[in-house]
Amino acid sequence: MLNILKLAARNLRRYKRRTFLTSMLISLGVVAVLLFISVSGSFKGMMVGQITDSMLGHIQIHKKGYLASIDSLPLNRNLTAKQINKIKQILAKEEAVESYSMRIKLGAMFSNFSETTNIRLNAVLPSQEMKTAPLLTERIIDGQKDGLIKQGEILVPELLAKGLKVKVGDGIVLIANNKDGSVNGQNFMVRGILEGISGPGGRDGMIHLEDAKALLRIDGAEVSEVAIRLKDIDQLPEVFSRLKSQFESILNKQDKPVFEVHTWEKLSPFFNIAKMIDLMTFFIKIMLVAIVLVSIMNVMIMAVYERINEIGTISAMGTLPSKILGLFITEGFLLGILGTSIGTAISLVAINMMNISQISFDFGRQKGLMLSPSIGANDVISVVLVVIGIAVLASLQPAYKAAKMDPIEALRHV
Amino acid sequence: MSLIIAKNLEKTYIAGDITVNAIQGVDFTIEPASFVSFIGPSGSGKSTLLNMIGCLDPPTKGTLQVAGQEITNLNRKEAALFRGEHLGFVFQDFNLIPVLTVFENIEYPLLMVQNWPKDKRKKRVMEMLDAVGMGDQGDKYPRQISGGQKQRVAVARALVTNAKLVLADEPTANLDRETANKIIGLMQKMRDEFKTTFVFSTHDPKIVKNVEITFTLEDGKLLKNQTIAGGDHA
Repeated sequence: MLNILKLAARNLRRYKRRTFLTSMLISLGVVAVLLFISVSGSFKGMMVGQITDSMLGHIQIHKKGYLASIDSLPLNRNLTAKQINKIKQILAKEEAVESYSMRIKLGAMFSNFSETTNIRLNAVLPSQEMKTAPLLTERIIDGQKDGLIKQGEILVPELLAKGLKVKVGDGIVLIANNKDGSVNGQNFMVRGILEGISGPGGRDGMIHLEDAKALLRIDGAEVSEVAIRLKDIDQLPEVFSRLKSQFESILNKQDKPVFEVHTWEKLSPFFNIAKMIDLMTFFIKIMLVAIVLVSIMNVMIMAVYERINEIGTISAMGTLPSKILGLFITEGFLLGILGTSIGTAISLVAINMMNISQISFDFGRQKGLMLSPSIGANDVISVVLVVIGIAVLASLQPAYKAAKMDPIEALRHV
Repeated sequence: MSLIIAKNLEKTYIAGDITVNAIQGVDFTIEPASFVSFIGPSGSGKSTLLNMIGCLDPPTKGTLQVAGQEITNLNRKEAALFRGEHLGFVFQDFNLIPVLTVFENIEYPLLMVQNWPKDKRKKRVMEMLDAVGMGDQGDKYPRQISGGQKQRVAVARALVTNAKLVLADEPTANLDRETANKIIGLMQKMRDEFKTTFVFSTHDPKIVKNVEITFTLEDGKLLKNQTIAGGDHA
């Protein structure tokens, strides 16, 4: 095998320019794919992290039917004390859960005493919320971050604060209808300004859970949703599957499920963008496969054609067809190795350079997002293996042709 | 026992409507350690006959025994194994592998065909290089040596596996007269030294003046065989 490898390497060196150009073409494809994976992966990871860690959590539990009518923030579909206790019992047994946060979601009128507008609010218990959405405090662009929120305080969404010229320390009034339709109002002090992010709830304000209960005249325990943070997001599919089966097996008197369980993927439209990115990555990989397939096959067909006489000679000397096959496949394999090695090296250097250069970009209303591309060993290995595999595959036909060549015809070839 | 026994050998090529009888009812025997040439004009069937002896092209009819083995019905792999074990080839165009050095070209059959161990291989190649007078040229590539030297390397490569039979198709066609005579002389010397049978084809009658046995072919038929005892080597 080593001898075939050595001879194949010599044969590649024989056509230096062709070998160089082919390996450069493969390298270019590898660089394109690895850079795309790293940049899009960085963007995707950052956005997913932002969405889950500063807003949605990884999994949410609602009363059945809540999500379908979430636009109207229905208070009559809140979870009851009994249901909350059931949720707590199940989550306590699930080791993969790091924390969870009980929330009341409500709509209200927001008044600065001269102007009034609508506001959507998230009412939370700060200790639970900070564990479940640890990046939430990072979104407080003005005001005190420590402790997130206290009773009597409100975090106002950035756009609303700008529109109504509300500043930290200002007093405002929230007026809300409870589920029976009666109206109640309450004074709040603006504690901070909350940066808006993409996705549902990304432009909601925030108050303390106890304030929401007072405003809505809720006695006892009642929440709209339970957001859950997992210890490891990679465990999401398994944990979701377990929780879903447990919660959805709990039925009401009409034999219908009491709860509905969703991952962030179902709750955020960004998941569709993430899927698009995955699809684009797949198509870019297909293009890489095509580049490698066409370039290697072309080179190997040429190599066989130019060495017909030589194939006849080694065949006449008694070289077995399997060895001739192996020789040409090895040449394709080495071309694949060469191309991927150069391509991977260039890609890793380029990724490092991008990180050093601190490239920032805007996404929607979000400005100055830092691009920090990185690539996992699994991605590199899979691309390298695919390229080498395709290189070998592309060499098969020319190699087979060489192995099957009639030595007489080959020796006659001029 | 004869090294080659051919009986009623025929080779017919069919190309569309045209049938060409390249070899027609040829019988001959060749003894071990002999120095034999097939002579005849272009198209007389010399190369076809050598190809059949060399297991490169099966006869259409007849029987052909080489080194005690009937070779007419060998499949592709068996034929390759037979060639690798018993035969050596010298070609008109030398057919050295350009990416390998002189040493590596001679080493090729030991390495890729017979899988000799490294030490034994090296010793044997050095012996062959010395035998053909190329002992100091082992590191050179084929492009760096002359035509005569290339053919010496080809002879060494054909003999390196201790082949029983070396087949040389027009080995001197691309060489000047003096070099051609030297190559014939070298092959004869190798025959004497290694007791290997040399069978070669040529269309040049002057080349065969020193050959011990000459078979003359014309239109695929064997006309005569002439034995010249104690040929005058060039």
